[in-house]
Amino acid sequence: MNWTLALPEVVLACCGMAILVLGVLMKRDSFQLCSMITVGAFLLAAMLVVAGAPGIGFHGQFTSDSFSGFVKLLVLVASAFGVIASFDYNAHANLRRFEFPVLILFATVGMMLMASASNLMTLYVGLELQSLSIYVLAAFARDELRSSEAGLKYFVLGSLASGLLLYGISLVYGFSGSMQFDRLAAALSDPATASPGLIVGIVFVVAGLAFKVSAVPFHMWTPDVYEGAPTPVTLLMGTAPKVAAMALLVRAMATPFGHLLVHWQQLIVLVSIASMILGSLAAIGQTNIKRLMAYSSIGHMGYVLIGLAAGTPVGIRGVLIYLVTYVFMNAGTFACILAMRRKGVALEKISDLSGLGKTDPVLAMWLAVFMFSMAGIPPFSGFWGKYFIFTAAVQSGLWALAVIGVLTSVIGAFYYIRIIKVMYFDAAAESFDARPASLSVLAGVSGLFTTLFFVFPAPIVGAAEAAAKVLFG
Amino acid sequence: MNAAGFPVLSLITWLPLLGGLIIMSIRGDEATVASNARWAALWTSLIVFVVSLVLWVRFDTHDAGFQFVESAQWLPQLGINYKLGVDGISVLFVLLSTLLTPICILASWDAITTRVREYMLAFLILETMMVGMFAALDFVVFYMFFEGVLIPMYLIIGVWGGPRRVYAAIKFFLFTLAGSVLMLLALLAMWYAAGTTDIPALMHFVFTPKMQTWLFLALLASFAVKVPMWPVHTWLPDAHVEAPTAGSVILAGVLLKMGAYGFLRFSVPMLPLASEHFAPLMYTLAVVAVIYTSLVALAQTDMKKLIAYSSVAHMGVVVIGIFTVNAQGISGALFQMLSHGVVSGALFLCVGVVYDRIHSREIARYGGLADKMPAYALLFMLFTMASIGLPGTAGFVGEFLVLVGAFQVNFWLAALGSLGMILGAGYMLYLYRRIIFGRITRADLKSILDLSPREMAVFAPLVILTLWMGIYPSSFSGFWDATVAAMVDHHQAALAAPQPIATVMQ
Repeated sequence: MNWTLALPEVVLACCGMAILVLGVLMKRDSFQLCSMITVGAFLLAAMLVVAGAPGIGFHGQFTSDSFSGFVKLLVLVASAFGVIASFDYNAHANLRRFEFPVLILFATVGMMLMASASNLMTLYVGLELQSLSIYVLAAFARDELRSSEAGLKYFVLGSLASGLLLYGISLVYGFSGSMQFDRLAAALSDPATASPGLIVGIVFVVAGLAFKVSAVPFHMWTPDVYEGAPTPVTLLMGTAPKVAAMALLVRAMATPFGHLLVHWQQLIVLVSIASMILGSLAAIGQTNIKRLMAYSSIGHMGYVLIGLAAGTPVGIRGVLIYLVTYVFMNAGTFACILAMRRKGVALEKISDLSGLGKTDPVLAMWLAVFMFSMAGIPPFSGFWGKYFIFTAAVQSGLWALAVIGVLTSVIGAFYYIRIIKVMYFDAAAESFDARPASLSVLAGVSGLFTTLFFVFPAPIVGAAEAAAKVLFG
Repeated sequence: MNAAGFPVLSLITWLPLLGGLIIMSIRGDEATVASNARWAALWTSLIVFVVSLVLWVRFDTHDAGFQFVESAQWLPQLGINYKLGVDGISVLFVLLSTLLTPICILASWDAITTRVREYMLAFLILETMMVGMFAALDFVVFYMFFEGVLIPMYLIIGVWGGPRRVYAAIKFFLFTLAGSVLMLLALLAMWYAAGTTDIPALMHFVFTPKMQTWLFLALLASFAVKVPMWPVHTWLPDAHVEAPTAGSVILAGVLLKMGAYGFLRFSVPMLPLASEHFAPLMYTLAVVAVIYTSLVALAQTDMKKLIAYSSVAHMGVVVIGIFTVNAQGISGALFQMLSHGVVSGALFLCVGVVYDRIHSREIARYGGLADKMPAYALLFMLFTMASIGLPGTAGFVGEFLVLVGAFQVNFWLAALGSLGMILGAGYMLYLYRRIIFGRITRADLKSILDLSPREMAVFAPLVILTLWMGIYPSSFSGFWDATVAAMVDHHQAALAAPQPIATVMQ
């Protein structure tokens, strides 16, 4: 039993328990210290991931390969962003409790497990560890009604989705006789002989995972939870779990059910089209920027699903590149949202941004960069994500998806450039409070990544390509 | 490496951004920042212009291929290279961009008083995008610059524009984006079919007739919006009217050329069968544009709107020229693009001159300016005549060549196309009469000042170019004669090659 394959997860989990003990034992305010150690633990885990060797361990339940490595690094970066974003927010919102970084850490362990899962049971355990931690995080501002509501809503709907997933897993097991990805792949090598019960099982699995990535029609929770959860948690929810759940979906579809592409492709295509359309149309009417970002994320997941629908290494490469660009633009945007604060009060209305180009040119510039990037305007990274996704769609002949995708991206561009309009064209309102350094760094790092991605994209594209190839061995 | 011995195109492309970084680093109070930003932008753009003159001097006019080519590996996974180069078609547009940018910066010297730093930054970014787009020899590089233009232009219209700037900016952005994304799909389809996005390689790749049809339509969606062709021209009058003067100059001078350039760079050489097949459609749309927008221009009460509609009409002539695909037609189209870039830019500057003084673009608001502004009246006269196409000015050569080319295709095409010239004379002379002649009735016009030395300096290069192009056109057309001849030969060869033409028709 080669347990060293899971060394990053093991180390991270141990760090989490150590931080927990430290937090309990420390008399004075331990939030800051625990957060710092958490970021350090993420760094350590990232190094272990980079140094880790590929292989299959725990009797085939756990796979470490370049795909899981890619996803884990991205998840760790996103989680670290989430922790950094909470420094200032939690101090203002009176949420300086050491459990916060610890919960993020355990969620991250869950996400890393998801990236490595090669057994339906590991998949479920990782997913639940992640979900349970985030349910609590969403309701972390327990004195605030909206946060409690968000947590409860997320929990109830999330449990339903987990139930669906579990039911799907049991059906798949029942009709194929295994939970192991490689054995499933061997048993399901002929799409013609796939039994209807198995297909139903796959549909349930897809439904459960679609909930986690908030794809239409399982998106209902997203706007409310995004709006109600403390903003750093929203940042986290918008990035890391999405990446992990998408990676999980990709691995599950590509490896055990890879030969059944003909059966599940239509399903993914439909979900993708619905997500893109809803994401672009429903966001237009929003006035709250967190809700807007929720719909925006639904739309983005629609684009990512195009890559999965292609079902080829090129498509998976597109998925991974899109997720990388998405994590940075999303984290950067939420860093800007977190900086929206007047006289200590956090603001969430789009109209609060009016005239930001005058009052805080740097913040406005970064937010404009993220918005242009999300709209898919070159040379920003968001364009390249779309580029690689549409490459896959064209290559696989999914013309309908490609055309709908580009058209919805035009509709989506409307609400992104409307934010730029509010910042630059409208009369200046009162300026925001001075930005804390943590948010400046977060916005700056994400902004530079988003802006300069085009200069030297080859390493990330190369890594994504290698990661995608692994799945199709 | 290339004829210049150093990567001149990259230098021209990225130098403005460097100037932009310098502008961003300026510190101090608002007046200092504004003044330093103006000077930094002016010097940057002048240096860029001087460097770009290397192209004018060292360009080999006998070479029909790409020159000053530079290439670097960019995305090896997709075989995409960062590749720049110019041929006879693009070289003068690079120069036009580098010429118009300092003129624009000089023209905005006093007109722009708010957020000067950001304004200058936007113009320098715009210059990078424009030059990069004309110099790109890889479709992906081209697309990046082509779309990137939207960002600075959206901000220029939206931040420093007129009262309806928000509407105009968003309309401009969405119209153009909607067209461009379809081009992106065409790009990907071409990459998939040909395995490369290298423009010279794509020019020699033969796409199947059916694919050419689809690719042509997708590219048309993008370029038609940019040209703009009727009926997707409606963003242009709005954008022009609301944009600040310099924004209009760049819009008319360079941005409108991007669509026509796209036809010449992609549609015609890469999709010869579809170009032939869709030529009647293009002629029809262009003729409608010429006649309809000329009539619309006659009815305008806003100076900028009138010139904007005249732009649509002039670009209609360009489209006719391009799709005749004979040497005269294409040569005329290129000449018309160049002369329109200079002349319409100058006309917008003329509007800007009086707008800066009176703050109105209403034609009825003016009259009798000849008395108080004789120098202005003279300049305006010159550019009006050039816009009409009077022999001896830049406007004549292009329109004449296009009509000669059109005659070879169809008599009625040329006849209807020439209607545009007649109507053009109508609305431009009518505009000139209402603004310059007559008696001064309004008090504020009685004290209006003639051109300042700065404004003279702005107009001087444009006057010289307008006359130079009109009197000795071959010093410009000489640049592209070889390239156009090769392009027409290539087109004829592609049509003559045994192709199942019938499948295009289906």
